[in-house]
Amino acid sequence: MPLTPPITDLEQLKSHPALARLLESNTAAVQAAKYDRDELTIWVDKGFIREACAILRDDSSCPFNYLADLTCVDWYPSEPRFEVVYHLLSIPRKERVRLKVRLDGSSPAIESVTSVWPSANHYEREVFDLFGVRFTGHPDLKRIMMPDDWEGHPLRKDYPVEGYR
Amino acid sequence: MSPTSASLVQSDQDKTLVLNMGPQHPSTHGVLRLVLEIDGETIVRLRPEIGYLHTGIEKTCEAKFYQQVVPLTDRIDYLCPLTNNLTYCLAVEKLLGLEIPPKAQWMRVLMNELTRINSHLVWLGTHAMDLGAMTVFLYCFREREDILRFFEMVSGQRMMTSYFRIGGLALEPPLGFFEKVKKFADRFLGNVDEYEGLLTGNPIFLMRTKGVAKLSAEDAIALGACGPTLRGSGVDIDLRRDAPYTGYENFKFNVPLSTEGDVFARYVCRVQELRESIGIVQQALAGMPEGPIKADAPKVVLPDREKMKTQMEALIYHFKIITEGFAVPAGEVYQAVESPRGEMGYYIVSDGTAKPYRVHMRGPSYANLQTLAKMCEGLLIADVVAAVGSIDVVLGDIDR
Repeated sequence: MPLTPPITDLEQLKSHPALARLLESNTAAVQAAKYDRDELTIWVDKGFIREACAILRDDSSCPFNYLADLTCVDWYPSEPRFEVVYHLLSIPRKERVRLKVRLDGSSPAIESVTSVWPSANHYEREVFDLFGVRFTGHPDLKRIMMPDDWEGHPLRKDYPVEGYR
Repeated sequence: MSPTSASLVQSDQDKTLVLNMGPQHPSTHGVLRLVLEIDGETIVRLRPEIGYLHTGIEKTCEAKFYQQVVPLTDRIDYLCPLTNNLTYCLAVEKLLGLEIPPKAQWMRVLMNELTRINSHLVWLGTHAMDLGAMTVFLYCFREREDILRFFEMVSGQRMMTSYFRIGGLALEPPLGFFEKVKKFADRFLGNVDEYEGLLTGNPIFLMRTKGVAKLSAEDAIALGACGPTLRGSGVDIDLRRDAPYTGYENFKFNVPLSTEGDVFARYVCRVQELRESIGIVQQALAGMPEGPIKADAPKVVLPDREKMKTQMEALIYHFKIITEGFAVPAGEVYQAVESPRGEMGYYIVSDGTAKPYRVHMRGPSYANLQTLAKMCEGLLIADVVAAVGSIDVVLGDIDR
């Protein structure tokens, strides 16, 4: 499977059900898309993420009913600094799609998707703990891996690998 | 991890009591701490508290070369090290666009299924022991010992194998390896009958498991369950069949399902998987292709020792890979694999350098743990032990 250049043209990618569905409901909120190494990534607006997840979950033709993973990438020192990554799986259709939201480095916050998938609970707590991204509307946002009185967020790129001593 | 249990669960009235279970409790399978709010002996609320085993593996990965991450992956889900190796290697190979020779693929399937059996045997033994059936544990660990010896034969290690490498395998399997595995595979179905003879019709075991810790299919999907926990609730998904990787499309096997969604259903699914896995092992042994075990990519795959002694290029490549690593084209992949516990996913972001920019492990135990609170509502304390055993959590996989 030799590598081919990624496709980033929205028109060409429209045939994918997830992208088509999101464009149909709110074209302005879909920032970009990329098809690379057989995986589709869609960047959406920060304010649209909860709705986008709900739309994809309830889609009748290809329901992305399972949240496989939720994590974050820190692009320090560039801005927007954080990318929150959602991996969705459609159990009936066995399709996958990746949603991404870009967040600024100064007090990053995003709406929680726990109301769409209760399973997002622990994943969002983990991202909050290790990256310091706040999830508004999360029922119980507190540290999960590190002790409650820990200072700093270890997976941020400006946090040293050996920790502060 | 809060220092006081009282802040974790607010006991509403004087009626309920907050009880701490773990992290040093024999049936939490590691350092899992459960905070139970109980009314008499009935669970009102349950809250898992995790993080006691957090070692920051994801952070450590960012400071290593791609090939140096492989041994770290062994230590995540320590009951299925080869599945972790496989998921990581597949993800990096996808980033590189690397083609893996057939023999390496078939060996990966063979070892991966032996790992599944190994992991299920530990689960079966400890789960049965939690419920009071001591003998099963001894039987399971007898067969597990054989599988660990196979791991030692191919990799030199019983548990932390690191046998799969980016681009193929570390070593050729030694002489006599396939014969030994074949002997084991031929008798193993008889062993499974033995375990089932002790448990499946056992009235005490049935009373402890049937109708206990029920989980509906809707709840299982919403709470993110995966693997046998999800299939025990009647959701038909197995990544080996639905999104084949490393040549699984060449193998014939069934995906055991159960619709009951209780502890017994999950038990039935896993025990049936033991039988299916040994079938895959036999197919892999029968059709094992000949050929190289490493991809033809000198800049990524370490050369053979013999070549290094005679060829200058091989020596140079070896020196370069060890000292500088190899650059991986920028991009990102999410590779999911059906581990013994469910969907194990590796999300790797590359920025074009020799070290991964971000490695995230999506652990199946982390996902399954979230179903526990729902399962245990209204159960007795003793049933929590059965429920924890039935979702088969490995704390190394949860805390990372």
